[in-house]
Amino acid sequence: MDPVLEKDPSTETLSFLNKKVSRRDFMKFCTAMSALLALPASFAPRMAEALTNAKKPYLVWLEFQDCAGDTESLLRATKPTVAQIILDILSVDYHETIMAPAGFQAEKSLMDVVKNNKGKYFVVVEGSIPLKDGGVYCCIGGRSAVEIVREVCGNALATIAVGTCAAYGGIPAAQPNPTGAVGVKEAVPNATVINLPGCPMNVENLTACIVHYLTFGSLPLTDKLGRPYFAYGKRIHDNCERRAHFDAGQFVRRWGDEGHRRGWCLYEMGCKGPETFHNCPTIKWNEGTSWPVQAGHGCVGCAEPYFWDKMSPFYKRLPNPPGFGVESTADKVGAGLAVATAAGLLIHGIGRAIFEGKKEEKGGE
Amino acid sequence: MRAVENALNITIPDNARLIRNLITGIQYVQDHVIHFYHLHALDWVDIVSALKADPKKTSSLAQSISDWPKSSTEYFKGVQNKLKAFVERGQLGPFANAYWGHPAYKLPPEANLMAVAHYLEALDWQRDVIKMQALLGAKNPHAQTYIVGGMSIPIDPNSQNALNAGSIAFMTGLAEKALEFVKKVYIPDLLAVASFYKEWAGYGGGVGNFLAYGEFPNDNVSNTENLWLPRGIILNKDLSKVHKVDHEKITEYVTHSWYEYSDGNKTSKHPWDGETNYRYTGPQPPYEYLDTDGKYSWLKAPRYDDKPMEVGPLARMLVAYASGHKRVKEVIDSVLQKLGVGPSALFSTLGRVAARGVETLVTAEQIPVWLGQLAENMKKGDLRIHSREGWDPSEWPKEARGYGFHEAPRGALGHWLSIEGRRIKNYQCVVPSTWNGSPRDAKDQRGPYEAALIGTPVADPEQPVEILRTVHSFDPCMACAVHVLDPEGREVTRIKVI
Repeated sequence: MDPVLEKDPSTETLSFLNKKVSRRDFMKFCTAMSALLALPASFAPRMAEALTNAKKPYLVWLEFQDCAGDTESLLRATKPTVAQIILDILSVDYHETIMAPAGFQAEKSLMDVVKNNKGKYFVVVEGSIPLKDGGVYCCIGGRSAVEIVREVCGNALATIAVGTCAAYGGIPAAQPNPTGAVGVKEAVPNATVINLPGCPMNVENLTACIVHYLTFGSLPLTDKLGRPYFAYGKRIHDNCERRAHFDAGQFVRRWGDEGHRRGWCLYEMGCKGPETFHNCPTIKWNEGTSWPVQAGHGCVGCAEPYFWDKMSPFYKRLPNPPGFGVESTADKVGAGLAVATAAGLLIHGIGRAIFEGKKEEKGGE
Repeated sequence: MRAVENALNITIPDNARLIRNLITGIQYVQDHVIHFYHLHALDWVDIVSALKADPKKTSSLAQSISDWPKSSTEYFKGVQNKLKAFVERGQLGPFANAYWGHPAYKLPPEANLMAVAHYLEALDWQRDVIKMQALLGAKNPHAQTYIVGGMSIPIDPNSQNALNAGSIAFMTGLAEKALEFVKKVYIPDLLAVASFYKEWAGYGGGVGNFLAYGEFPNDNVSNTENLWLPRGIILNKDLSKVHKVDHEKITEYVTHSWYEYSDGNKTSKHPWDGETNYRYTGPQPPYEYLDTDGKYSWLKAPRYDDKPMEVGPLARMLVAYASGHKRVKEVIDSVLQKLGVGPSALFSTLGRVAARGVETLVTAEQIPVWLGQLAENMKKGDLRIHSREGWDPSEWPKEARGYGFHEAPRGALGHWLSIEGRRIKNYQCVVPSTWNGSPRDAKDQRGPYEAALIGTPVADPEQPVEILRTVHSFDPCMACAVHVLDPEGREVTRIKVI
């Protein structure tokens, strides 16, 4: 079947992604994607054209120090679905968890893409990369993660680092970072990297990145931390459904108290929404089913670099959170937070300067 | 969570127990189905062969085993056309370089086409049913409502910001959808595929010892006699006796692992005394082979009473079966009868695959029961989700230690911790894939993966799909290296099982 978008006069349906869908449904999908990317609705027809293009771009998915949480997240994709991604939109030639071949045959699939499509393929990286002691702490097929990632990401059109581990080192990089774990950009400084942090990444942001590229032929604009503005441009706090309770001074004090049952603000329970840049409150999770604050649990800041050290204790509020208001940028909040965190750590008796600590760890490479 | 609650003597409210049961329950159902269709099926199903199938015969086959409505000739023709278009486009993606056409594939083209259709259906289904976990846990993956002493998701039938009647209705719908697919698609497919691979009831047996901590407390979790899936141990494939679990008998070796103990290589340590001092002594990458005479794994070697143990759905189902769990016994007996094999067939690769299916079915049936209990509590006005005791560390004793057991989809998971001066002093996890994938111990005893591969026939060492069948049947939580040895012990080939 010709995958090109074509009008079928007999049924008024379109052959989209080799699947008969009504033109109305298809355009609805493109309009929804335009909305997620904050684009005018007039972009929907261009998106439709790009999505039905004949040649599928290549994508390889690498896993290193990871828990496959981002892979699980991939399976929850809806716009488009994982089946559409794998069968129709991209050629996903390497993904350890879902691919059929194993061993030498699997590695051949990876190397075929790298050799035959130099500079033209995409990479998704899940999990951090240990640099310490020559990279011995994560090896696949006898090669170190750092060697693989330098070859594969170094020759790619672009790399999308999914989850906080691939973006910034995440949980493996938490103090004392025994393996010298870092994110992709630090392991391969010359690579083009888009960071989609989160624990795990929200797959809707990954599909939006892919659709963005297919529609505009370019990568989305990112902030200083490599995160696309369309997903990380605002703080959780700025879009939070409970913001009115914060402003009104209505706070949850204990799990299950009346305020908790009525959906009051979780700030006093340690919510890190004021310090975290992510679009959880607007797109939520699992097709809009819920997100942490809706389920009565504060944000733990999982999309922020070094969240495990920086955002803990998770259930104590950080002192003096930086300025409230939608005009705050990630840089301003980050600077304020560094001070607030250091104070917080001292108060809780840890007293470890995590930022200096990190540099020392990385010196061990 | 349970380890801390155990150390601090915290009893969680009944609602928290039920919410945890529901989150774990739907996780089993969704995860096992994904494992069967998306992580394991392609070891048994040749998707290229599905192109040769007759859609009409496929329809007859599907209708002969189930009344699942998506079974018309037209439907299977559509799936086949989609597959054809995909293949003709010339970019096979994750299905390239696989073992299609390998003589070990035994299914007729029609069964292959049916399985491909259900592979795609299951992808949509799993995304929906896991919303139960997202509702109770905030998101999936990585639920975020677990807190020491209970759960953070509030309950209040008169609030729009808490679990209410609408939430119960939403989850009831998902529970029905989950059970229907398991009953009408997964189980019939499992039996149909298994009937072509009965010889796999003779391979992949492994160590023959099974450990289950049990899961799904019917009341307080510390009442270990009252778990819906019971706790116990089966030794030497002997189903006539279920031994009690004594956690003090669990120890870990590092003889062949890249760690060092303060008192040498040959000793084993209980997790409360556990040490995690890593020291890599393997080759510098890139390398071809690991020296398996020395240390060769990042996994420690857990042992129970010095014996290697298999954990996972097979262990849980065997312990339940031998303990006389009524529903588990009924379903296992009916599966064995349909396949025309006896209980000894369970100790195999095929038995592992079948046990996962049995567990999925009985769990999917049980979810509505827990939902009903949660609704009943709400009706009585019991809205408690958190115990409150022990939340503030200033209330903690100076010293405490505890352990917590959980049955993850892949098997027995134990955490041990000690607390000193209100801080965690030591924390040790012994996880399912450490039990199953463990390297050899000081007595040179093999772990379950290694033992299960002994005697597995491999038609073509360059295309060892048979090895994948056995290793994948454990649902490994990792990309693991497997070395195939010929009878003289020389390495024939090296496979990365992923």
